[in-house]
Amino acid sequence: MTQRVDAAVRDPVDSGGRWLLRGVRPLGGAAVDMLLDGPVLAEIGPALSAPGATVLDADGLIALPGLVDLHTHLREPGREDAETVASGTRAAALGGFTTVFAMANTEPVADTAGVVEQVWRLGRTAGHCDVRPVGAVTEGLHGARLAELGAMASSAAAVRVFSDDGNCVSDAVLMRRALEYVKAFDGVIAQHAQEPRLTENAQLNEGVVSARLGLPGWPAAAEEAIIARDALLAGHVGSRLHVCHVSTAGSVEILRWAKSKGWRVTAEVTPHHLLLTDDLAASYDPVYKVNPPLRTAADVEALRAGLADGTIDCIATDHAPHAPQDKETEWAAARPGMVGLETALSIAIMVMVEPGLLDWAGLADRMAGAPSRIGGLPQASRDVAAALRPGAVANVVLLDPAARWTVDPHAFASRSRNTPYAGRSLPGRVQATFLRGRPTVLDGKIV
Amino acid sequence: MIRHLLSTEDLGRDDALLVLDTAEYMATVADRSVKKLPTLRGRTVVNLFFEDSTRTRTSFEVAAKRLSADVINFSARGSSVSKGESLKDTALTLEAMGADVVVCRHPASGAPRRLAGWVRGSVVNAGDGTHEHPTQALLDAFTIRRRLGRLDGLSVTIVGDILHSRVARSNMWLLSTLGAAVTVVAPPTLVPVGIERWPVTVSYDLDAVLPKSDVVIVLRVQRERMTAAFFPTEREYTRRYGLDADRLAAMPASALVMHPGPMVRGMEIASDVADSTRSTAVEQVANGVSVRMAVLYLLLGGTREVA
Repeated sequence: MTQRVDAAVRDPVDSGGRWLLRGVRPLGGAAVDMLLDGPVLAEIGPALSAPGATVLDADGLIALPGLVDLHTHLREPGREDAETVASGTRAAALGGFTTVFAMANTEPVADTAGVVEQVWRLGRTAGHCDVRPVGAVTEGLHGARLAELGAMASSAAAVRVFSDDGNCVSDAVLMRRALEYVKAFDGVIAQHAQEPRLTENAQLNEGVVSARLGLPGWPAAAEEAIIARDALLAGHVGSRLHVCHVSTAGSVEILRWAKSKGWRVTAEVTPHHLLLTDDLAASYDPVYKVNPPLRTAADVEALRAGLADGTIDCIATDHAPHAPQDKETEWAAARPGMVGLETALSIAIMVMVEPGLLDWAGLADRMAGAPSRIGGLPQASRDVAAALRPGAVANVVLLDPAARWTVDPHAFASRSRNTPYAGRSLPGRVQATFLRGRPTVLDGKIV
Repeated sequence: MIRHLLSTEDLGRDDALLVLDTAEYMATVADRSVKKLPTLRGRTVVNLFFEDSTRTRTSFEVAAKRLSADVINFSARGSSVSKGESLKDTALTLEAMGADVVVCRHPASGAPRRLAGWVRGSVVNAGDGTHEHPTQALLDAFTIRRRLGRLDGLSVTIVGDILHSRVARSNMWLLSTLGAAVTVVAPPTLVPVGIERWPVTVSYDLDAVLPKSDVVIVLRVQRERMTAAFFPTEREYTRRYGLDADRLAAMPASALVMHPGPMVRGMEIASDVADSTRSTAVEQVANGVSVRMAVLYLLLGGTREVA
C-alpha cells in the first residue's frame, strides 16, 4: 500500500481533509473508489476523481465500518501503569476500532457523572478512537445500592450502558430495579453473569481439566443460572438486558430461548472464548487466566454457532490489560484477563470468516452494527450497509484479508502485553482506520 | 532421569521404578552406624516452604543431609515473602545464591511448575495446593512394594477428601502407572466434577470396597470442610467413611492401612486401627527419607550405581 500524506490531514479537529481510497471492496464486495470528504463518506463509485484529495491505493483491501467494542478496560483512572485512555485507544485504532466502551471498574469506580465525564474527555483528547464510558450499576461496584444512573446518563458522557463488570449484580431485587430504572433513558444493563457463591475462589472451568490440575472450579451453571434469571426479569419488566462475555454452550441455549420469547436480551462473546480452551491452563501460565474462564471445545463450537446465527449478537474484546507483576505469578494470585483490541479482528476472521460461518457483511454486523445498536450509538452506524453509503460518517477500516502477521506483544500500542497469542501467526491485517474521515492508522501504523 | 519432579502424572514407569529401586539402596544407609553418603557434597538444596509442614520439610532436610548436601531452609514466614515479595523474585534470589535443587511447598496449585520456569536448578514439588504431592506417592508406592512385594495387580483404595487432596491425585497417577487398580471412595461432594477421566473407579460405599482392597490409603479430612456443607457432621462422616476396627476386620488379612499424616484420630481413622500392625504410618515416615534421598540424588545427575 502506498499513500501520499499531506500536512492538512493532521488537522486535530475532525475535518480529515479529502481522502480518495482507490479500489476498496466495501463489505468484501466489488472493488470501487471511496471518497472521504472531511468527516463524511462523500462518494462511492468506480474511477472517482477528486482533485486535491490524498489518494490511497487500497487495491484489494476490504472496507468495513469502523469497529465498535462494547467491552474494553482502559484502566484509567487508577492503573495507568497497565493502560491509559491514550494507549488503549491507540491499540483500539490499530485493531480497526473507532468506538470503544470503557468499563467502569477503574479506581475510582466510574459510578458518578464526574468520573464518566473525565474518561470521556480523556478519550476526546487522545483522539484515536471515540470513548463511550460505561457507568457502574451500583456504588463502588459493591452490589448494594444503585449508583446515580440518571446523572451519568445526563452527563456530557451520555452514558447508556451500565455494568458492574468484574462483579455480578447478584441481588435479584437490585438487578430488577436497575433494569427498570434505565428504561427512562433507553439504557441497558450489561451483566457479568457469575453467581458469586458458586464461584468463590474459582480459578478455571469446572471439569476434567480443573479436576486434574487441582484448581477450584468455575461451573458453567454459575453463569447460566444468572443469565436465565436476568432474562426472566428483563422479560417481566420489559427492559433491555445485555449479557457480557458469554462462555458456555448452555448460555447460548438459554439466550436462544429468551430471544424466542421476544424479550430484549442481547449478548456478546470474546474472541478468546471463540478460540481457546481450558486445557491450555495445564502450563499454569496465568496468561490463560480469564474471567469467565476458558471452557471446553464443545463450548467453543456452540459459541461460534450462536454468533453465526445471531443468538449471540456481537463480539466484544474484554480487553483487560495487566501489568507484568500481576501475571508473572502463581495461577491463583494472578489477575484474570487478556488484552484483545489489537488481535480481535484477526481472531474473528480466523474463527468465523475462514471456516465460512460469517461473510464479511456478517462479521461487520457482529463487530460494528450490533454493538452500535446495543450501545445506543447514532442511528447511521447501526446498519453496516448504511454505514458505508454516501452521507454516512466516515468511520472506515481498511483490511488486507490476504496478509498474515505474527503477534509480537512488545510491538503492541497497549501498555500491557498479556496476550495468549504471542508468536501466533494470524490472518488479516488492519491497514488503515479512519475516524470521522481522519486517519488514525495508515499502513498498519498509528498516525 | 527427568530434570524436575513436579507431578506423578507425567512420571513414566521406568523413571518411577528407578526412584523406587534407588530408594531401596538409600534405605540401607539408614541401617548403618554412619548414616551418611558423600554423594552430594558441595551441592545446595533449598527447602522453600510457603506452607507450614514440619514433617515434609524435615524429611527433605534429613534426606539432603544424609547425602552431604548443604541445606537452606527458606520459610515464607518472617522472610521477605511475607512483605509482599513475589514468587518470581524469591526464585531469582535463590537462583543467585546457587541453589541446585529447590524443594517447594506452596498453597497454590502449579506454583512449583511456575518456579521451574524461572530457575536453572531442579525443582521438586513438595505439595502444591490441591494439585500433587509426588514424593508422598512415591513413598507410598515404596512402602506397599516393600510390604507386599509388588504393585502390579494390586487393588488400592483411597478414601477421604479426594476433591482437595494432592496426595490422592499423585497416588492415583503413580499407582496406576505401576499397574495397581485404584478405587477412590468419598462422599459425592468430595469427588471432583470431571473425575470420569481419571484412571480410577469411583465408589461412595466404603464397606462394599474394603473386602477387595489390598491397600487402603486413608486421607485426612479437614474439619473446616464441614462448615462448607461438604458433609453434615463429623459423626456422620466417621460413620460412613471412617476406618474403624470393624471395617479393618472386613479387609483381607494381609491388607495394609496407610495414612499420609497428620492423622485426625477418631475422625477418618480409629486409634486402634492407626496403631495396629496393619498400619504403616510410622514406616511411611522412614521410607519418606529414603525416597527423597533417591529423588535428590537422581535429579542431581546420579545413576543407578550409587556408591
